[in-house]
Amino acid sequence: MAQEEVNKAITGEYNLGFEIDIEQDTVPPGLNDDVIKFISAKKDEPEWMLELRLKAYHKWLEMEEPTWGKVDYEPIDYNSISYFSAPKQAPESLDEVDPKILEAYEKLGIPLEEQKQLQGIAVDAVVDSVSVKTTYSEELKKHGVIFCSISEAIKDYPELVKKYMFSVVPMTDNYFAALNSAVFTDGTFVYIPKGVRCPMELSTYFRINAMNTGQFERTLIVADEGSYVSYNEGCSAPMRDDNQLHAAVVELVAMKDAEIKYSTIQNWYPGDEEGKGGIYNFVTKRGICEGDNSKISWTQVETGSSITWKYPSCVLKGDNSVGEFYSVAVTTLAQQADTGTKMIHLGKNTSSTIISKGISAMKGQNTYRGLVKIGAKAEGARNFSECDSLLIGSQCGAHTFPYLESKDSIGQVEHEATTTKISDEQLFYLRQRGINEEDAVSMIVHGFCKEVFSQLPMEYAVEARALLELTLEGSVG
Amino acid sequence: MSKVLEIKDLKAKIGDKDILKGLNLDLEEGKVHAIMGPNGAGKSTLSKAIVGHYDVNVTDGEIIYKGKNIVEEEPEERALDGIFLSFQNPVEIPGVNNAYFLRTAVNARRKHLGLPELNAAEFLRTMKAEVAELGMKPELINRSLNEGFSGGEKKRNEILQMVMLEPEVIILDEIDSGLDIDALRAVSEGINKMKDGKRSFLVITHYSRILDYIKPDYIHVLKNGQIVHTGGSELVEQLEKEGYSSFEEK
Repeated sequence: MAQEEVNKAITGEYNLGFEIDIEQDTVPPGLNDDVIKFISAKKDEPEWMLELRLKAYHKWLEMEEPTWGKVDYEPIDYNSISYFSAPKQAPESLDEVDPKILEAYEKLGIPLEEQKQLQGIAVDAVVDSVSVKTTYSEELKKHGVIFCSISEAIKDYPELVKKYMFSVVPMTDNYFAALNSAVFTDGTFVYIPKGVRCPMELSTYFRINAMNTGQFERTLIVADEGSYVSYNEGCSAPMRDDNQLHAAVVELVAMKDAEIKYSTIQNWYPGDEEGKGGIYNFVTKRGICEGDNSKISWTQVETGSSITWKYPSCVLKGDNSVGEFYSVAVTTLAQQADTGTKMIHLGKNTSSTIISKGISAMKGQNTYRGLVKIGAKAEGARNFSECDSLLIGSQCGAHTFPYLESKDSIGQVEHEATTTKISDEQLFYLRQRGINEEDAVSMIVHGFCKEVFSQLPMEYAVEARALLELTLEGSVG
Repeated sequence: MSKVLEIKDLKAKIGDKDILKGLNLDLEEGKVHAIMGPNGAGKSTLSKAIVGHYDVNVTDGEIIYKGKNIVEEEPEERALDGIFLSFQNPVEIPGVNNAYFLRTAVNARRKHLGLPELNAAEFLRTMKAEVAELGMKPELINRSLNEGFSGGEKKRNEILQMVMLEPEVIILDEIDSGLDIDALRAVSEGINKMKDGKRSFLVITHYSRILDYIKPDYIHVLKNGQIVHTGGSELVEQLEKEGYSSFEEK
């Protein structure tokens, strides 16, 4: 199946850029108290949630958009964005999901009909502002695992949500996180009870469909003591000339001896060669290793978006806790990415690993920005960072900004960085063996990304490889 | 005797420098041709010109292979058509699995020849057998291509690729440099095994040592960008004794 999938994907250009033709329920563009009340009412939320949203909104009004990123874009007019859009039919079961949405997900390669699904992967499908379908929920419930949309969780599990939402990413953490806290529309909630190893891969697929709409999802994953979960997210959007804003927040909580593995394959529409259109992907992702011996691992493959601004981070609070960040970020066309991670070592003997691979082609600009912070009590903390950049062609750029803050000289921090150009000698060697230029480039690039791809669950590794090939197609020569 | 490769009045530059200055050479089917010459004579440039290396700018002349001039052809087209170069310094490619790389190359060639592609299991069986025969460590199969290989391992890996790709014209550029006696023997055996009366070899060397193992049918002396003398294996002895100075430029 692997090769077939890869071949199917190599058809050039952005092939997920279609629009789902369904009736949408969309609020007019603009943001004020009434819009937030409307969103909350649409979702039938309890009063406490509305109050939190309004509080976040008023804080946001006082905040300023950050400008420190090495990205360049026209100011965003937050009043030209529509903050809520949903397919009109609200489905109760799979039978009621608009067949056009099912068809769209088939096109994306994600069948929602359970009998057809890859065995062992539960999917939450989010179109614009609402979750349209969560599969395998019942099956998971038998193990005590909660896997549902965040909207459902607010109604059905208010105590868990109240306890953990905003606990890792406070509502005023940063400008985009505050905006998200005010207007977040949907997303996924996962709770793994004590001692449970989640029996299947969990996955959410995000799709921006409506025009002039922002997507503000919020994901919260709590792994209780001694539990394990592997969660994956994927995303895509139609091709549009206007930029669309995607400002998500993801919070992870790992209790004592728990492990969360979080993988992302991000393929939002990247815009065109001139930088017209595409998604602004301004995302806050953070996990806390709350308990001793806990572990959080982020793996991301970023190929889409016109601008990416994201730093999946780990707060290593529990003693002996482990944080990992594996990233491949590709910028081609006129894409800009400023991405990296923060590893905050607070507990004793905490360790973190950062492997970042940036690939730039055409006019793409790729920046790694990472912070390793070692707190005063983090005796025996260790970090290893490796940041490699690969340049294809001469118009692109790669930049590395590693920051280190250490309050304790006992910590051990290693940083390695390389920038390489695909060498003519490597390309020639492969071509002399009969491998054409495009395949040769792809082979070298895959080799470069290997350490990261090997962290992905198998099905996603196949998808990531195909996506990388598709993204870099035509960027050589 | 039919000619497989005809090089006619070939002129080539590297950068601004004229290296090949009207070189003529014919390779005969099934024969081993050795090119000998002093440093800087243009030996490596000749091999690069034949395979279409980007360093070499052919300004005049023809390279006729299977009846057509290939001077303008892409390197991969020449390779798929059966021209193989064993590199003097094989490059390292991190993260690219040796077996995966070689299977891709072998299947590209098979596809070009209209043969069915080999699946991973079929391919690995053959590869493992050849690796054993060349006296290579089995773990090199799944290492990154040439990465961290010793000089001898790199050269054996070149020969492994040659054996698996079954080319028709084989160019060996200083295959003996940096090899100890055991490696030299293993590499030579790999090469001799490929002699089938059809394949032609172009052995580029400035030591005669390798020619004790791979018996040449012809020896060509390359000096200052031209072939100045062609003879049989008896030339080796003369060159050993007298050096290149006894061969005058045309």
